[in-house]
Amino acid sequence: MKALVSLVFVLLLVAIAWIGSEAGGEVVFGVVLPYAAFLVFLVGFTWKIVKWARAPVPFRIPTTSGQQKSLPWIRQARFDNPATGLQVVGRMALEVLLFRSLFQNTKAEMRTEKGRGPRLVFGGDKSLWIVSLIFHWTFLVILIRHLRFFLDPVPGWLLTLGNLDAFFQVSVPALYITDVLVVLALGILLLRRFTNSQVRAISLVSDYFPLLLLLGVVISGIVVRYFAKTDVVGVKELGANLLTLRLSVPAGIGAQAYVHLFLVCTLLAYFPFSKLMHAGGVFLSPTRNLANNNRMVRHINPWNRPVAYHRFEDWEKEFAKEIEDAGYELERD
Amino acid sequence: MYDKGKILAGIALFLVLVLFPVWYGAAQGGPGRPPDLVVGTDAESCVRDTETMRISHMDLLDEWRNRVVRDGVRRDEVSGREMSLTRTCLDCHADREGFCTKCHDYAGVDPDCWDCHNLPEGAGHER
Amino acid sequence: MAKYTLPKPEDMSAVRYEYDGKDWMDVPVDMRPGNWCYAAPLKHQELLKLPHPHKWHPDDEDWGLPENWKEIILAGMKDRLERFRSFGLFMDICVRCGACADKCHFYLGSGDPKNMPVLRAELIRSVYRRYFTKAGRLGRLAGARDLTVDVLKEWFYYFYQCTECRRCSVFCPYGIDTAEITMMGRELLNLVGINIGWIVEPVSNCYMTGNHLGVRPNTFKDNIEFAVDDLAEITGIKVEAPIDKRGAEVMIVVPSADYFAEPHYFTFLGYLALFHEIGLDYTFSPFATEGGNFGLFFEHDEMKRLNAKLYQDAKRLKVKWILGAECGHMWRVLHQYMDTMNGPADFLEVPKSPVTGTVFDNARSTKTVHICEFTADLIRHGALNLDVSRNDDFRVTFHDSCNPARAMGLFDEPRYVMQNVLNHFHEMPENTIREQTFCCAGGSGIGSDENMEARLRGGFPRANAVKSVHDEFDVNTLACICAIDKAVLTVLMEYWIPEVRVAGIHEFVGNALVMKGEKKRTLNLRAEPLPGFAEEGEEAADV
Repeated sequence: MKALVSLVFVLLLVAIAWIGSEAGGEVVFGVVLPYAAFLVFLVGFTWKIVKWARAPVPFRIPTTSGQQKSLPWIRQARFDNPATGLQVVGRMALEVLLFRSLFQNTKAEMRTEKGRGPRLVFGGDKSLWIVSLIFHWTFLVILIRHLRFFLDPVPGWLLTLGNLDAFFQVSVPALYITDVLVVLALGILLLRRFTNSQVRAISLVSDYFPLLLLLGVVISGIVVRYFAKTDVVGVKELGANLLTLRLSVPAGIGAQAYVHLFLVCTLLAYFPFSKLMHAGGVFLSPTRNLANNNRMVRHINPWNRPVAYHRFEDWEKEFAKEIEDAGYELERD
Repeated sequence: MYDKGKILAGIALFLVLVLFPVWYGAAQGGPGRPPDLVVGTDAESCVRDTETMRISHMDLLDEWRNRVVRDGVRRDEVSGREMSLTRTCLDCHADREGFCTKCHDYAGVDPDCWDCHNLPEGAGHER
Repeated sequence: MAKYTLPKPEDMSAVRYEYDGKDWMDVPVDMRPGNWCYAAPLKHQELLKLPHPHKWHPDDEDWGLPENWKEIILAGMKDRLERFRSFGLFMDICVRCGACADKCHFYLGSGDPKNMPVLRAELIRSVYRRYFTKAGRLGRLAGARDLTVDVLKEWFYYFYQCTECRRCSVFCPYGIDTAEITMMGRELLNLVGINIGWIVEPVSNCYMTGNHLGVRPNTFKDNIEFAVDDLAEITGIKVEAPIDKRGAEVMIVVPSADYFAEPHYFTFLGYLALFHEIGLDYTFSPFATEGGNFGLFFEHDEMKRLNAKLYQDAKRLKVKWILGAECGHMWRVLHQYMDTMNGPADFLEVPKSPVTGTVFDNARSTKTVHICEFTADLIRHGALNLDVSRNDDFRVTFHDSCNPARAMGLFDEPRYVMQNVLNHFHEMPENTIREQTFCCAGGSGIGSDENMEARLRGGFPRANAVKSVHDEFDVNTLACICAIDKAVLTVLMEYWIPEVRVAGIHEFVGNALVMKGEKKRTLNLRAEPLPGFAEEGEEAADV
């Protein structure tokens, strides 16, 4: 049901862009909305980070996933339990670039064997790790590849990236490997929300919608490139116009391209207000981005507020009888 | 603890990266306009209309190659001309640099036509 | 309510992880008996001056909430969103990938989907979205729902079915820590007078007398003297156990269970023997007689006020540094909160072992050393004379306690100690130890009898792992370095694997320690015959 609602949303977006651009709304879909969406993305993303950052980190609470730094002859797990800023950078880099925590994922299974009773077994499970890693990296490559519509002249490294991506040289224009992988990865990520009973139970509309929206973006992009082709030169002209604040739309960009563009705009505008902000949020996560040097360096809590203590003097009075009974001679200055 | 400095630096880095095309354009003196192409002069018209050629010339060339190499057909039924990149196309569009390359460079396209059709520079029209 | 009986192990472990398609928001909370704890006695709520103190019972329909309970909760959320970056961030960035789902011991033991860490957090996230995000007005479509009394009850039921063990946060790609969320949930509940006796009472005791159990100063002294006498019977040496010795080098902080409960007590005897043997100049504090801190389990301010006693009395006693004994959550507080809350400890000195000269540079700010670090250093320097064979009856596996594991990273120190005092040591399967260790299911103040079913269910993954080494290596002892573990695991083992008992690491150290001038040792610290000294009848029974 939640998936269906999300699908309807995405299809609706497709229809809006298709009909709208055909009905003479090229300027809206080619200029106004891209600017608006990009602005919302920039401001929204920054605002969200600032919003989080306005709350302090009162305590240093890293999750330690390895041996601490203690005695010199005990080997510290530098990346799982960093003790210095540099080691934290290492931990964060592994987390952000390679999804290290997810790499360690396991799957628990209850097995029932005769004469033994139920038994929990745990196995490594790299499936989610590999699929999400593929999705994120291919999406990044695709994003970078699109720079060719905005950079003039197209730099050599960008051509090289495209050529590497089109390494197999099948089809005309050459098929990008990332295009195939990103659809596969998104498809699997979507599929597991249906087939994995646990994931199904936790999924919300706001989980299906971004997945389907991304699939919409990717599929419409593929259509525009391989099937219902558009005028690439016109697209690039539009890119240049947008960059130089020239508010005109070249002719010859078909509705299919506006659909793609509109879905991208939706994604951009939706990004800051959705779970997609994990992209920025992961950098602020206090269980990952802090060194476990708690006993070495004092962490300052800006609101460390006073609390009512039970003072020694009061305690001494309240338990005077017991203290005398114990024969303590409690001294103090 | 707020880590204000680090977060502001992070936001700045984010904005710099996301707005990369703007900086790039500024450094290059602004993105150029679409190139003026040197169109051929010999023929009255192209094998297909301009709109089709702009968008899907690669499909046509792909189709031509298949028909010639696989089916042994050499003549294009629509235009009546020989299905040949080097002879038909480059006959008119003799200035490969000024036509094919210029536009491909602009759009950041790096086709592999010339991997096989290996012509001496400017030799297209002599065939 | 039908009369409740605890399920049998075979029924308890028949758990399924499959669900029908019903939306969790449409499933009302079912407060099954045996899975929740009772309310705090009014007396203790009032003593601590907790908000809205009142009498209530979780089984009642009416929980006696204040009239404006909803405003209080929402204002409390706003306040915490402004004070804790973790809270706001963890509300926003979850992508519900499900990596945490089968990491929670309560989920694995119960199969209840709301025990998946992600759904536990969604219980509060859904309310956050409704009242703190613009999209929240869309309701269900945005994953938002209204805050109702039923939602509050659900919070109570599930936030007191989380032991804040942080296992899920190891696997979360963004490090979302359910412990943080549970802490916030419990703080919010506390604002409207909803908390549990098993936590509030120890906190109140600790606030007044200095320890969770409410042991008064004279009884404290008696207990330590008993321990000295018991140790003398076993070793022939009457050790000094100074209390309130001003100017001693080290103040020792122990969880109160160590001088009160079994099997903790045997570990306590181990400390006393060790300190005597190395001639440590130390003292107990008569005022701060508790290292544990149940304040951690429901209110940051309560944690702070209990913890304050340690530095206060260390200062009064003019010691140089603090040595912390075997206790899990106590170490979470000592390691991650104490210095920030009640530091700087500039009146103390950087800890230095008086025996080996090792400077504990890793504790240079808090001036607080873990006893496993201390003992590992002693052994490394050959400072102890050990007869390992005295522990040969113990076939041991090690349970990494959640807090020293995932909020500190204390893994190899206790292992090094064990490897040097034990001949029989076997690790449990790799996905159940170290940073992936499974909780005892009684941590974070829910080790009560009232929620026994939840505890035994939640303890199943741990018990299951112990069983595997029991079957394979004939392991008969589960070692740990946490006072709650020692109490909770004992019950857990009785239920799931009665052949396995629980011990602390310094119990083994005390057994193996050859003390100068000791009498011929025939008993271990449990006053059981050492290997080779069993009376014939017993030995026969043993074999």
